[in-house]
Amino acid sequence: MSDYRRILRDGLWDNNMISSQLLAMCPAMAVTATATNGLGMGLATTAVLVAANTLVASVRHLVPTSVRIPIFIVLIASLVTLVDLALNAWLHELYKVLGLFIALIVVNCGILGRAESFASKSTVSRAIVDGLAMGIGFTWVMVAIGAVREVLGSGTLFAQAHLLLGPAFGFLELELFDGGALLMVLPPGGFLVLGGLLAAKRVLEASRQRRGAVAAQSA
Amino acid sequence: MSGHRLLDRLHATIPFQAGMLALTVMLATASLALADRLTRRPIAEAIAEDTRRSLAQVLPADSYDNDPTRDIVHARDGDLAVTVHVARRAGVPTGVVIATRARGYGGEIGLVVGVSRDQRVLGVRITRHAETPGLGDKIELAKSDWVHSFAGRHLADPDAARWAVRKDGGEFDQFAGATITPRAVVAAVKSSLELYRREHHEWFARRDPS
Repeated sequence: MSDYRRILRDGLWDNNMISSQLLAMCPAMAVTATATNGLGMGLATTAVLVAANTLVASVRHLVPTSVRIPIFIVLIASLVTLVDLALNAWLHELYKVLGLFIALIVVNCGILGRAESFASKSTVSRAIVDGLAMGIGFTWVMVAIGAVREVLGSGTLFAQAHLLLGPAFGFLELELFDGGALLMVLPPGGFLVLGGLLAAKRVLEASRQRRGAVAAQSA
Repeated sequence: MSGHRLLDRLHATIPFQAGMLALTVMLATASLALADRLTRRPIAEAIAEDTRRSLAQVLPADSYDNDPTRDIVHARDGDLAVTVHVARRAGVPTGVVIATRARGYGGEIGLVVGVSRDQRVLGVRITRHAETPGLGDKIELAKSDWVHSFAGRHLADPDAARWAVRKDGGEFDQFAGATITPRAVVAAVKSSLELYRREHHEWFARRDPS
C-alpha cells in the first residue's frame, strides 16, 4: 500500500515530470498560453500515459533490453496515432477541441521516459498507477503555468473552458482586466514562469528541510 | 522458471532482438492500417458534416434551396485546387462558397468563403487548422469574432492595397503574437474574391447537377 502512495507522491510532487524531471518541455512551453489549454493537454497526455504504461508493462518480459527504446517509441507513436484516428472518427466534436494537442503528445519525451524508467520494470497495476500519478502531476503543473501566463498575459483565467469541458464549466471563465503583458503569452513567458515555478519549489523544499532539521535537533 | 531462463538466453541473441523489433513494427503497422480502414469512412462523413454546417453558416438560409455540398465546381486558384459550392434558389445561382486553403504558421488552414452575386463576402469560416493554441487560433469563431471582419467586404472595400493585416498597412487586425496566421487568411479571402470575379460566369453557366 505504501508503495502506491510513494508512486503517487512521486508523480504529483517529488519526481514531477515538469518541475523535477524537466521533461515534456515542448508541450509545457507550447500550449500553456492559457490554463484551459494546459488542462486539455494534461488530460490528453494522462490518458496516453496510462495506456502506454499499461502496454509497456504487459510486454516487458518479451522486449530485449538492447532494442527496448525503438520498440517503446513504435508502441507509443502507434498508440497516439490510434487515439488520434479513433477520436477523429467517433468523437469528432471532442477531437476538434483536443486534436491540436494529440499530435503534440508524440513529441512528449515524458511518456517514453516513464516507459523506460518505470513501466518496463514494473507490474501492470503499478504502471497504471504511475501513469495516472505522473499524468495528474503533469496536468496540475501545466494548469499552474497556464494560469499564471494567462492572468499576466491576457488578463483572463480559464478562457474558453466551455469548449473543452462543456457549457456547464463556463463559470470557470474569468475576465480580470483588459490587456496584459504580451510577453507572458509568447514563448519567453513560458520560460519565465517555469523558472519562477522551479525556484518556488526549491525554496519550499529547502524551508521544509530546515524545519525538519530543527525538529530533529530539538528531539 | 526454466521458461524464464530460456527467455533470458534468447534475449541476448541478435536474431531474437531483430525478430522482436520486426514483430513490433509489423503489429504496429497492421493495427494502424486496420484503424485507418475502420476510421476512414466515419472521418470522411464527419468532415462532410462539418462542411455542410460551415456552408450553412456563410450562406443566408433563404438564399438557396439546393444542396450546395453536391452542386460543386472544381476550380484552380493559381496552384491551388479549390472547391466551389454553388448556392441556387429555384435554379438561379444566388452565390457561391469557395472552399480554399491557406498556408498558416502550423500548416494548412482550411477555410470557406461565401461570396454573393454582387461580389461581396457573405461570411468566412475556418474549417480546420493547426495554429498555435492561444495565439493563432483566434481565427476560429469559437475563440474570437475576428472572421466577422470580412462580412460585407468586396474587392473595392477596402481597396486592393489595404486588403492586408494592419502590420502590412492594411485594414484587418492581426493578433497579438500571431501575424502569419491572419495574414494567410486575409490573402486567401482576397484571392477567393478575385477568383470569383474572374470565373463566376463559367461556374454559373453550368446546369445544377443535383
